[in-house]
Parts: sequence; structure tokens; C-alpha cells
Amino acid sequence: MEKWYLMTVVVLIGLTVRWTVSLNSYSGAGKPPMFGDYEAQRHWQEITFNLPVKQWAKFINPDWIALHTSRGYESQAHKLFMRTTVLIADLLIYIPAVVLYCCCLKEISTKKKIANALCILLYPGLILIDYGHFQYNSVSLGFALWGVLGISCDCDLLGSLAFCLAINYKQMELYHALPFFCFLLGKCFKKGLKGKGFVLLVKLACIVVASFVLCWLPFFTEREQTLQVLRRLFPVDRGLFEDKVANIWCSFNVFLKIKDILPRHIQLIMSFCSTFLSLLPACIKLILQPSSKGFKFTLVSCALSFFLFSFQVHEKSILLVSLPVCLVLSEIPFMSTWFLLVSTFSMLPLLLKDELLMPSVVTTMAFFIACVTSFSIFEKTSEEELQLKSFSISVRKYLPCFTFLSRIIQYLFLISVITMVLLTLMTVTLDPPQKLPDLFSVLVCFVSCLNFLFFLVYFNIIIMWDSKSGRNQKKIS
Amino acid sequence: MAALTIATGTGNWFSALALGVTLLKCLLIPTYHSTDFEVHRNWLAITHSLPISQWYYEATSEWTLDYPPFFAWFEYILSHVAKYFDQEMLNVHNLNYSSSRTLLFQRFSVIFMDVLFVYAVRECCKCIDGKKVGKELTEKPKFILSVLLLWNFGLLIVDHIHFQYNGFLFGLMLLSIARLFQKRHMEGAFLFAVLLHFKHIYLYVAPAYGVYLLRSYCFTANKPDGSIRWKSFSFVRVISLGLVVFLVSALSLGPFLALNQLPQVFSRLFPFKRGLCHAYWAPNFWALYNALDKVLSVIGLKLKFLDPNNIPKASMTSGLVQQFQHTVLPSVTPLATLICTLIAILVQAILLPQPPEYLGIQPSIFCLWFKPQGPRGFLRCLTLCALSSFMFGWHVHEKAILLAILPMSLLSVGKAGDASIFLILTTTGHYSLFPLLFTAPELPIKILLMLLFTIYSISSLKTLFRKEKPLFNWMETFYLLGLGPLEVCCEFVFPFTSWKVKYPFIPLLLTSVYCAVGITYAWFKLYVSVLIDSAIGKTKKQ
Repeated sequence: MEKWYLMTVVVLIGLTVRWTVSLNSYSGAGKPPMFGDYEAQRHWQEITFNLPVKQWAKFINPDWIALHTSRGYESQAHKLFMRTTVLIADLLIYIPAVVLYCCCLKEISTKKKIANALCILLYPGLILIDYGHFQYNSVSLGFALWGVLGISCDCDLLGSLAFCLAINYKQMELYHALPFFCFLLGKCFKKGLKGKGFVLLVKLACIVVASFVLCWLPFFTEREQTLQVLRRLFPVDRGLFEDKVANIWCSFNVFLKIKDILPRHIQLIMSFCSTFLSLLPACIKLILQPSSKGFKFTLVSCALSFFLFSFQVHEKSILLVSLPVCLVLSEIPFMSTWFLLVSTFSMLPLLLKDELLMPSVVTTMAFFIACVTSFSIFEKTSEEELQLKSFSISVRKYLPCFTFLSRIIQYLFLISVITMVLLTLMTVTLDPPQKLPDLFSVLVCFVSCLNFLFFLVYFNIIIMWDSKSGRNQKKIS
Repeated sequence: MAALTIATGTGNWFSALALGVTLLKCLLIPTYHSTDFEVHRNWLAITHSLPISQWYYEATSEWTLDYPPFFAWFEYILSHVAKYFDQEMLNVHNLNYSSSRTLLFQRFSVIFMDVLFVYAVRECCKCIDGKKVGKELTEKPKFILSVLLLWNFGLLIVDHIHFQYNGFLFGLMLLSIARLFQKRHMEGAFLFAVLLHFKHIYLYVAPAYGVYLLRSYCFTANKPDGSIRWKSFSFVRVISLGLVVFLVSALSLGPFLALNQLPQVFSRLFPFKRGLCHAYWAPNFWALYNALDKVLSVIGLKLKFLDPNNIPKASMTSGLVQQFQHTVLPSVTPLATLICTLIAILVQAILLPQPPEYLGIQPSIFCLWFKPQGPRGFLRCLTLCALSSFMFGWHVHEKAILLAILPMSLLSVGKAGDASIFLILTTTGHYSLFPLLFTAPELPIKILLMLLFTIYSISSLKTLFRKEKPLFNWMETFYLLGLGPLEVCCEFVFPFTSWKVKYPFIPLLLTSVYCAVGITYAWFKLYVSVLIDSAIGKTKKQ
């Protein structure tokens, strides 16, 4: 690529923003005894390094991970170490995937590819959670992205391997599992189940089983241990939702306290059914008409369905939806930018708790400016640009006056942004009334949920009315 | 939607660049800050709580007021905003007070004042008319210049991490240069006079201003061959220029003259009791001189030419700012540095274009006016003045290299030769600022930002001048690449060796000397290029 130096500059900007955000506070800083995610990660290091004890840990600093005595350890040097590990993991896994993905995009100029990379790397949600709040999401999301890349470029086996690694790193990646499964199944069907397709199916099955066995081998020694692991990974005992999260159940709870009314198993069934009903149409279409574009959009809608309807969802799970949306940034820049802004906003209560207001505002503005300058998003609001043309044509068969779709969407965007800005200002400056101490958090979740429902409908419309994918494309990828 | 587009400035890449760098500055708020932070807090306190008569006498804190009066007034105005953030910072006795609100206020004040710098960069971009290489935005000289100035690495880390107010001061200087380009000489002169009374370090470049204004503004016309037309001397213009400078100085120093405090003010402004070099040697000629002296003394001791008892106790390398003697080479006095600087400025003024009839050396600074090359020649003269003063000045801070780098950016997008010199100067100059940020959390920031700026500047200027010969020869490339291993050695390898305890100054010494080589080379190359230009100018006229 001739503009390699501009891509390097973009990566350096991304790294600089990440490190400067990491200079701020982290989750649970100075708040004993529970602390937060930062302490959780340190604790896991403590456990994994001590049982059994590993020799090389002595060279770093044994105080950081000494069993039992290092609970709640907080020091400047240790913070530096933890932040550095996040940066290195990011640099090794996530960032190369993003760069490679943007370079492999077809039918756009080099400048647009670089701008795309810049926007994806500047997405505030991931930066704030990984480098501010403190987590290692970039590892799992990076592996998932390698998976998407592999499969889109016809390296199905490597792609599946990468995705299996992603799932085994963080079980949340199961949100993405269905689209992967459907797309690969569709590919097998298309190649013919009697010939090449069957061979591919067998190869994929082997890879998946092998990778899972390899990762889980140490825990297969006892049945009880395996069950214990599963119980930890899928805590169905913890209830429909925890804290405030921008999904349907939490918003419903505002009007009707379903968490308390309905019994636990009914809640489970309700959540299970609604999730699968909402994602079924897209998945079926993907099996019947597998295409790279359809795959990416189905990733979005599936993950969004899971986020809105599933059990025990955390607000950070929105990142699983944001990653696929970043991938379609070049195709529908306006809607993607809007979604990514809302996704960051939906985590506002969490970010405020970690005292990350300034980095949040700054990174969101930087992301917004980058998107606006790179894609000129406000000029791309016509029906065709929003990929709603075929949908509008179908509707116009019954309602000839349905010509104002893009105008409606523009107004909705304005309303949405104004609401988000107002809510942010209110949450920061005002104190909530005494009777309703969680007022602002609930409002944030409610508004975000409405936005997400709109996006669910929108993405599903695009998938279902996308008629070009089957006919006009010469090859699958 | 159109309104929103205009509001967010989508069509305007300049706004995007300016906003982008402002947001980056906001992200740098929680980084390390040096004692300069306390210096400015102290000055806020002094100007707010004490009457004017006490400003230059107050010495509760060791960081006494040592900038000219306009800067003091600036701090006074700021202090009236500061009281809404945190009243406690305005107490003179609250030494080292740095609450989170204080930090926020001070950092935001720097970011806010940079608006002037952004405006000045915009004006400068209007003045340059570089080559039109391609239609792409990223290849236009205006775009490259904007990035080189707005995202300048040195300015970012000195102002927004280390903590200083250089942004708006350089804005004033660039604005005055732009006004001179636009032939608005009175405004340019006024702006420079104001600048001098904000920070007197800009005296280094005053000769260039003086001579240029005298020659190109006070003499209204030239003879056909470009030499001076004595009869076109305009008294009106001279007097109006003088009046402007006089009025500005009166406004600034007047109150202190009335209070009979001028000597005290000057003693604060020009503290000659300090040593030849700062605690960390600025990479100039004297750094090389010191290093040579040290090397010779070590050799002399080993070969028994020198008597160990005769060597003075105070070591240059102990990091203290004090007077000291050189061991082998002759000691350097302030007068000696002044003479060196003046010779350097005179010689380069001499080497500026000559009319055909003058083939010898003209021992006068007024040579700038024998064949003025317009504002471009003035800019070269200014850059050389700044660089020569950096090379030979007394107690130069390494931050003073910015005084040469920023004006040189304007020259770099014009000619390939200038671009090459600029890149060497800027890369070495920026690297020499690394010891300012010695804390661990800031290490990735300074490396990332340095890589960002260096990679962008080298590749964009290479693309701009791709039709000419390559910008660097093998020696220069090798030297610049050597900065990488040097950094790795100093920051990553050295702290784990046994020498760290015995010779802790070695990384600073190595950095200083290595950069001094590069900066001296750039200075020398700029001289040579001016000489060659003048020779070409001569042959063209003949």
C-alpha cells in the first residue's frame, strides 16, 4: 500500500490516545474492599501464577501476586505494569486485525481505507473500557476480528480457529457464534453437500472440536470441575439483569417489576425465546444466501438481539455489537457513527463511576470529528446511501407518499444527539431527587434502549431487503 | 443538516486539525508536570495578592518573577479567572499547591491561549505559495505546514506536559512574520514589540527584525539592480516605527520606571550569575566544548600530563547550576559567548545576497539591506539568528531550540534544501527534549508522539519534493537512525547496568553530545546553503 506511512501515523495516534486515557483512574481505584475490575484482573493473575507457582514471576515483582497478601494491592509501578499489558495485548492482536481489515476492503480508495482505520481505532467505547475501566476486551474482540477476516477472505479454517480462541478467551463471544455458524453452513451448502461442501463441513467441525479440547483439557479431569467452570461462566442464578443496563428487561422493569413478579425459570424461557425469535430471520437468510456483506450485518443484528433480550447482560457487552458496526462503517457511515455514539453514551453511568468524564467527552468528540471529516457523513443521508432504497420501494407500492424516510431519520438523529447531550449535562451537574436516586442512570439506559431498538429494526430491514447479494456477486467473498 | 455541517466544520480540514490537536491536549491534562507549574502558580499568586510595587521584589518562593511586565499583567488577568476555580492557589504562601482544580485551570489556560497560535498558523498558511505537486489535500504545502506547526512535538510536550506558555508567544511571533509577508510592516513591528515584553528571549531574533524593517520599510524604493536608493529614505516611517516601539515599551516598563524599580527588574530578567550551561546541557556548541574538555582531562590524567590536585572540585556534570572552570580548554565567560554570537550573526548577515560589485566580506550587519530578498530572506535571517544564538549563547535552555524550529517550518515547505536541513534540525532538536520528561508513565507518550511527528514530517516532505534529489545522504540517514538505539540504550538498557549508581549523568551526556553534533551540522548546512544562494543570485544578476 503506497500510503503506508499514513497508516503508521494512524496507528500511532490510536496508541497515543489509548495510553493517555490509561493515565486516568481505573475501576475501583482506592475503593476497598471490593475494588473493581482492575483488582479482579490482578486477582486472576494471583491465582493463575500461584497455583502452581511459576518461576519467572520472581523477576517481575513477587509482591504484586503473592497469594492472599496481595489483595487490594495498588501502586504506581503495578498500575504501569497492568496498563502496559493491555497496550501490548492490543498492539499484538487487535490493532493488526483492524489494519489488515481496512487494507482488504474492496472498492474504496487508499485514503478512505486509512480514514476507516482511524475511525475504528478511535472508537471511544473500547478505549475507555480497556484502558480506563480496565479490561482485556481487545484480546477477544481482536481474535473475533481475525475470525471475520479469515472467513471473508476464504481462509475458513484459520478463521474458525481464531474465533474458537476468541470464545475460549471470553465466553461473551458466543454472541457472535450463530452468524459464524450460519455463514459457514451456508457456504458448505452452496458448495454442495455431497462434494466439497461436506469436506469443508468435516474439516471445520474437527478444528472447532480440537481447539475446544485443547483449551479445556486441564479442566476435564473431573466432571465436577467441568460443571463448576460452566457454572462460573454462565451464572444463571444471578437473575435477569444486574445493575442498570440498556436492554429490554431493565427498561421494562421501570414500568413493571418483572424481575420480582415472574419466577426464575419463566424469566429464562422468556428471554431465550425473545432472543432467538429476533435473530432467526437474519440467520436463516444467511444460511440460504451466504455473503460477506450479509455476514457482517448479521453479526450486528445477532449481537444486538442478544444484548437486548438475553440473560444477565452487562452494559459492557455493547462492545460486542460495536465491533461489527465498526466493520460496516465504510458502507453506512452515517448510521454506524450514530450507533457508536449511542453505544458509548449507554455506558455513561459506568464511566462516571470510574471518574472518566474528561476522557469520555474528549474521545467521543475526537471520534465524531474523525468520522465527520473522513466520511462526510452528513452528506450521505439519502435513501440509497442508507441502503434503504429497496425497502422504500416496497413500501411505496402500498403507500405512494412514503418519500420522507431520510428526512425522518435525520430528525431522529438530531433528537437523539440532543437528548444524549442534555442527559450527560444533567447527570454531571445536577443531583438526582432523593426519592429516585438512580433517576439519571435509568434515564440513560432507557433512552439508549430506545435507540438500540430502532437500530435493531433498521439492521434487520437492511438484511432482509438486501436483494443484490445473491444475484449480482460473482463470488461468495 | 447543512447547518450541522457548517457547525462541525466538515468542509474545513484546518478546523479538523486544530480541533484534533486541542482534544489531544485535553487528554494530556493528567500527565506529569514540572516545577514550571509551581512557577506559574506562584506568579498568579504574586500578581493577584500583591501590589505592583512588590511584584519584582517578592521572594517567598524560589521561583521569582523573571519575565517582562506584560507577562506579569497576563498572569494578573488569569488570576481573576483562577479565583473561580480554586481560591487557595492565589495564596503566596501556598507553596507547591496543586489541587485538581488548580491543575485543571492551569492546563486549560494553556490550551485556551493556544487559540492565538492557531490563528497565526492560519495566517502563515495564507502566505506561503509552495509547489503544487498534486491535487491531493495531503500533498498541498498548506496542509503539511499546518500539521508541522499545529502538531509540533516540541511545543506539545513543552507546553502541555512540562508546562509552559510558549504556544501563544510563538503565535505572536508567527503572526508578526505573517504580517511582514503581507507587507503590513507596522503591525508586524507592533506585534514583535509586544512579544518582546512578554518574554525577552525573543531578543535573540530582534536584529533580523531591526535590519529588515529598516531596509525594506524605511527605504521605500530600490534601484533597478536591487541595491539601496538612499534618497527614498522615509523619515515618517522611521519615526512611526520608533514611536510604536517606544509606546509599547513605555506601557510595559513605564510603571516600574515611575517606581524606580528598573534596575531590579533588569536584574531579574538577565541573571548572569548562572553557569555556562543549564543543569542538562543544551545541545549547542558549548556542550561539545565541555565534552571535549572532559575527554581531554580524562586523557590527560591517564597519561599523567595533569596533576589531579589542580583540577577544580565543582564538576560540570554534577547537574548543579553554578559557575565552574574548564580543566584543559580555556574557560568561557559571558562576554566570550556574546562575542561568538555576534560574530555568527554578523557573518551570516554578511553572507546574505550581495550586489555584483561586492565580492569581498562586508564587516557590517547592514549587509542584509544591500540586496534584500523580501520576506523570505528575512525569514532565513531570523532562523539563522535564532540558531546562532542557541549555538553560542550563555545559559541556553534546550527548549530554546523551538525558537529555530518553528520559523524553519515555514521555510521547509518551500525548497528541498531547506526541507532537508529542517528535518535534521527538528528531529535532533526534538529528541534533545526527551530528558525533560523522565517519568515512566510519560515514556510511551513521548516515544509515540515523537515517532508520529518524525514519520509524518519525513514522509510528507519526501512526497512533496519527490521530483528532486533525495533529501538525505547516507551519512545523515545513518545519524538519524542512530537516535533509535541511543534511546533504547539510555532509557531501557542503562538503568539496569551497574554504571547507573556511579555515573548517573551518562545518558544526559550522551544525548546532549549526540544531538549537539546534529544541530551543529544543521546550522552549518544552513549557512552553506545561504552562501550558495547568494552566489547563484550574483551570477543571475551578471
